[in-house]
Amino acid sequence: MAADRSILQLLLIAIVVFIIMALLNPGKFLTLLNIESMAYQFPELGIISLGMMIAMLSGGIDLSIVSIANMASILMGLILTKMMPQNAANNQIVLFVAFALLISLLTGLISGLINGFLIAHVGIPAILATLGTSQILTGIAIVITKGYAVPGFPEIFLKIGNSKLFIFPIPFLVFLACAIVLFFLLQKSSFGIRLYLIGTNIKASVFSGIKVKSILMKSYALTGVLASIAGIVMTARTNSAKADYGSSYVLQAVLVAVLGGVNPAGGFGSVIGLSIAVLSLQFLSSGFNMLRFSNFATEFTWGMFLLLIMGINYFQNKRIKSSK
Amino acid sequence: MEQVFLAVENIDKSFAGVHALNDVSLKIKKGEIHCLAGENGSGKSTLIKVIAGVEKPDSGQIIIDNKKYHHLHPIDAIHEGIQVIYQDFSLFPNLTVAENLALNSQLEMRKKLVSWKQVKETAEKALQLINVDLDLNRLVENLPVADKQLVAISRALMQDAKLVIMDEPTTALTQKEVERLFKIIKSMQEKGISTLFVSHKLREVLDISERLTILRNGQKVIEGNVEEFDETKITYYMTGRNVSSNKFISEKKSGDEKPILSVTNLSSDGFFDDINFDLYKGEVLGITGLLGSGRTELALALFGYSPADKGEIHINGQKIHIKSIQDAMRNGIAYVPEDRLNEGLFMKQSISRNIYVGILDSIKKALGLINVSEADSIAASLIKDLNINADDPLRPVQTLSGGNQQRVVLARWLSTKAKLIILNGPTVGVDIGSKTDILEKLKELAKEGLGIMIISDDIPELVQTCSRILVMHKGKIIRTLEGDEIEEKAISNILNNLD
Repeated sequence: MAADRSILQLLLIAIVVFIIMALLNPGKFLTLLNIESMAYQFPELGIISLGMMIAMLSGGIDLSIVSIANMASILMGLILTKMMPQNAANNQIVLFVAFALLISLLTGLISGLINGFLIAHVGIPAILATLGTSQILTGIAIVITKGYAVPGFPEIFLKIGNSKLFIFPIPFLVFLACAIVLFFLLQKSSFGIRLYLIGTNIKASVFSGIKVKSILMKSYALTGVLASIAGIVMTARTNSAKADYGSSYVLQAVLVAVLGGVNPAGGFGSVIGLSIAVLSLQFLSSGFNMLRFSNFATEFTWGMFLLLIMGINYFQNKRIKSSK
Repeated sequence: MEQVFLAVENIDKSFAGVHALNDVSLKIKKGEIHCLAGENGSGKSTLIKVIAGVEKPDSGQIIIDNKKYHHLHPIDAIHEGIQVIYQDFSLFPNLTVAENLALNSQLEMRKKLVSWKQVKETAEKALQLINVDLDLNRLVENLPVADKQLVAISRALMQDAKLVIMDEPTTALTQKEVERLFKIIKSMQEKGISTLFVSHKLREVLDISERLTILRNGQKVIEGNVEEFDETKITYYMTGRNVSSNKFISEKKSGDEKPILSVTNLSSDGFFDDINFDLYKGEVLGITGLLGSGRTELALALFGYSPADKGEIHINGQKIHIKSIQDAMRNGIAYVPEDRLNEGLFMKQSISRNIYVGILDSIKKALGLINVSEADSIAASLIKDLNINADDPLRPVQTLSGGNQQRVVLARWLSTKAKLIILNGPTVGVDIGSKTDILEKLKELAKEGLGIMIISDDIPELVQTCSRILVMHKGKIIRTLEGDEIEEKAISNILNNLD
């Protein structure tokens, strides 16, 4: 199948990037320390990109992912730093953390449902609807925090972002769990199959009896929940929640999705492709970081990388077409 | 009049191993109405593209007005007066009629500023060429298909056309509009303009053309004056086999049997009004009428897409309420839409997925998981049942021909165990051979007890398939034809004498 071939090709490119980076940074890139630090870093963008992929599969986009993540983080922060008494006992802290996590997930769910409602029922184009909710959420977050970061999370909570289970960093495991659940949801469930079909042709979906509005609502809700999970990981890793943290992630997530083979018009894309794409970008940025390139150069290389992949795809499609 | 305007000689053209045109020759005289017929994939479109200079032939030559070309550039073709009107008309939908007609000449004058007065004059002149009257200030996208076509034709004539090639010009037209188009083609003929008419609709081929060339599998099978042909003969040359076209007679219904579908006083404000009919087991019910007669809206109401305001619907004697597509599907009503490309199929998704989308709910396991290989095998068995020509069911459905695509939509609904299938234009854009197969399949399904309802413009198709035909006009059923009354002439007479 064509999809398998392009994933194979992407995997090959990821391996090539990995090897080049290892050669450029002898004795530094190929160390356990570096691999571990990459496994701490990429899950944030990875989970956000998974959410972006869900929205893009339906033929839409979600520009509010990072705002949802930050809003969820800030609410968590208020619970864990303001509501929770300073001298709380250990088991009390666990309860508060659990409550905060629940509120965070609910924030994601509700924000996603609002996006879904605006897009499916009111009929606002996804790009405008989510831009709107993004602005609103960021606005509320700034008012609540007056623009300052909310610091000082309890130790137990920070473990989510900074500790390991056996040899695996927890953020990596969170990403892995999200990816596996989404893989089954998209490839093997009626929801997933319908989502792909809606993204391919929304009119034909209606005429074949798919409840388009309900599927769209669910898909944006799912994106919202993924956003809040990303928010939890971000907050736990940095020990702070801020209204405008990680705003560059939004477009980077689009980049990752497209790189991973998600069709911007909807209907095509896979968890595996996306995972390989996000790893490739992590190899690039870690590698260039070791070469002491500035952060801006990282973004530059990512952009070049995207154009390179698109170029390869273009020429390959052309070759396939002419050999038909 | 006997002068040859265009002669295409011994053209060969291959695309990566596929011989699209094999030693094809074609002659068109000045002022002649020539028809190029053939099934999809027979090489018609490639031949047009060669004549228009878009495709370069591998060998052979093109002689226009005694000038020899080994390969023609599109601009040569235009200068020689060859104009092609493609199916999509190549108009600018967001510009007005006047702009579409006149901007070309404005551009050619290389003026920096547009003279709107001149635009209007040119546009008026252009429309006068074919003697029609259109609102010059309307946006082309808001025009009905037939009027868009007129704009395209007059634009072609403005550029001193000597040969106008029309690719499937009647696909989206109603009977009346086709007649208007034919009048225009005849009036062009009087001015010495030749027309190459590309079609696979036999009736039209016989009505309009003087000479006929038939292609099959990239080869010319025959050429001749139209008097030498009749429908069966053309079909034979196009498909290479004899296709039967016997009428369908439904078995006598027993008196006490309840109808599969019974509609009483069904109304939808502004679309149709007080519709009553029954559909019995073993029947194929046809509905025809001009565009805007409310026939499509009636089908969409039964399918729950735009529910009716008033009236009752009974399925097998049971009263049902249809407020949504899901209601209709739950009650076993299926709908095959008119627009296969946009409403019927997920073109880029696999053939298999296009079929099993209908049964996702019934094969769903715990947690909403689907056993994809089970779904694929259900699809595979339907592909076999319906003779869909698909080597690999995982390939995109867009790789299939029109007839096979239509069978995929049909397979989807058969998998849902529907009791009633409503088909809107079931064979639009389908090859003649495939068309007969589909219609025969529908008759077979009707005999097995499935309710079949066909909405169509294609009168021969209705006559061949339906045991009862309802004629709709302005939202009402004005005639019901049964048994011997079902006859092509009778139906065209009714349709042509509507106010």
